[in-house]
Amino acid sequence: MMGRAADGAIGRGQSLARTPRALLSLGVLAGLVLAAIGAPLLAPHDPFDPATLDLMNGFTAPMTHNPYTGDLFWLGADDQGRDVFSAILFGLRISLFVGMSAVALAAMLGVSLGLLAGYLGGWVDGLTMRAADVQLTFPAILVAMLIFGVAKGITPVAYRDEMAIWVLILAIGLSDWVPFARVVRGAAMVEASRDYVLAARLSGRSGPAIMLRHILPNVLSPVLVIATIGLAQAIVTEATLSFLGIGAPPTQPSLGTLIRTGQSYLFSGEWWILAFPAATLLALALAVNLLGDWLRDRLNPVLQ
Amino acid sequence: MLVSVPVFASADGPMTGLVRLTGVTRHFDPSPRGPGRILARPRPAPLTAVADVSLSIPEGTVYGLVGESGSGKSTLGRLVAGLLAPSSGRIEVAGRDPQGANAAAIGIQMIFQDPAASLNPRWRVGDIVTEPVAARGRVPRGLAERLLVQVGLDPADRGKFPRAFSGGQQQRIAIARALSANPRLVICDEPTSALDVSVQAQVLNLISDLRRDLGLTCLFISHDLAVIRHMADRVGVLYQGRLVEEAAAGTLFAAPRHPYTRMLLDAVPRLDGGGGRAGLRAGDIPDAVPAPTGCVFHPRCRVAVARCASERPALRAAACGRVACHLA
Repeated sequence: MMGRAADGAIGRGQSLARTPRALLSLGVLAGLVLAAIGAPLLAPHDPFDPATLDLMNGFTAPMTHNPYTGDLFWLGADDQGRDVFSAILFGLRISLFVGMSAVALAAMLGVSLGLLAGYLGGWVDGLTMRAADVQLTFPAILVAMLIFGVAKGITPVAYRDEMAIWVLILAIGLSDWVPFARVVRGAAMVEASRDYVLAARLSGRSGPAIMLRHILPNVLSPVLVIATIGLAQAIVTEATLSFLGIGAPPTQPSLGTLIRTGQSYLFSGEWWILAFPAATLLALALAVNLLGDWLRDRLNPVLQ
Repeated sequence: MLVSVPVFASADGPMTGLVRLTGVTRHFDPSPRGPGRILARPRPAPLTAVADVSLSIPEGTVYGLVGESGSGKSTLGRLVAGLLAPSSGRIEVAGRDPQGANAAAIGIQMIFQDPAASLNPRWRVGDIVTEPVAARGRVPRGLAERLLVQVGLDPADRGKFPRAFSGGQQQRIAIARALSANPRLVICDEPTSALDVSVQAQVLNLISDLRRDLGLTCLFISHDLAVIRHMADRVGVLYQGRLVEEAAAGTLFAAPRHPYTRMLLDAVPRLDGGGGRAGLRAGDIPDAVPAPTGCVFHPRCRVAVARCASERPALRAAACGRVACHLA
């Protein structure tokens, strides 16, 4: 590093060890993911077991002992006497799980459609890309709300809460495939015109084999970047849907659900119920985004 | 190098050979694709890349195809490989249409101009050279090593990626891949144009040795007359998609009959300072769209007469070959 002024320019396209910002993001992300995975071990309370909750603990401020029960809550307790720290750990689980699954679904869908459109061209290409254009004219959150509403409508009432997480993944995944499809289509068109694809055709490889074994490995690096940035988006979309009350149900609260619950107490002074889940969401989305930025620069041959 | 001089039953109807082309024409439509096509005004005329080409390549010989940029050489190569469909006419390789899965079944392989683009950058060399075998079934142990040795590379190179190799070595890898298919026909599309002169000779000698040892039939496409002279048994000269002359290599270089062939040979620079003067009539290659009336070459021809502008000369039998010129 040449000093602060040159930091941004020098840091571009550098290895992880030489970019403190990316290293810090990776550290934060790794910490949050580990915390989410280890939630049952780390959490001092089980926030979903009503038997362990004590209503007398309600609204305990952070780092203070409850005057009635004497219990200590690091990040305070909510209206039900639930430990906010434990709720965040479990909420992080839901948020990360929904975000990653939704991005995986979107990537799978987008990469497949993009490969088909780019390799086959013609009407397949036209149909896929017009569908992508149409979907892009609506904000992703509206599309997700629409899919969520329709999917919830056709789910039997008894299974609604159980299925809510899967419906959420489906809604976010289906609303987020367009960037993957566009990038992969463009890259696949370039690769498909290369001579090694002709050589593979002469070797007797079928269309699907050429797409999967030849073109796919050559179009994956931009997919990695979009998936990382898409993860941050999916987490925020999930939080938004949950905040609006149409995402993760209160029985399986995500960070968004926690923020929704917390915001009703903001003006009565119990700020911690909202602030800590919101700060966690912010840290998570920011870390993923910064890591995505670094990955984009790193994989950009122009900046190498 | 002269293996055989095939005898044609008639001037325009080749009868024998592993590869047979009859009246092959290929148009490309330059108008926009998709819905814009309806709105495009005026509709551009289709570009004719290959026009009415009939030829035959006997098994075990090398057919050299020569012509300048845009003459349709590569299109013709891709048509014979079955990678493009002809707009009209018939292509037969070993009695079958080479399109689709047939190319692999017949055993058609191609060596491309840019070796870097013809090798998948994400594949290891060992997987690249055995791909034609892998596409059919299991790859026998040691096959990749044998192929690499055959083209003069180190068998230990099989685990490396293509970018670790120089252009000449990459072309050797492409040749090894073509060989692994046990091909009957190898189409070499300018295989040395992207290489350094010092490496060109090595690659050419390798192709020529392997071809002789394995008895391969070869369609060798090049704009380089010296390369064609070195490699080919029989040479076809392509001008704006039309075959204007075809003869045994020795005959063509010793006694060119078509004015265009003469022009090409005159244009070759010589060390004694002679040559290099094509004796062109002013002007560059005329646009292929629309094609000139009469003889395609008449706008540039030194000896053209009135008839050349109005009447298209047929490809007719001449000594040791065929020529399409009213005056030859």
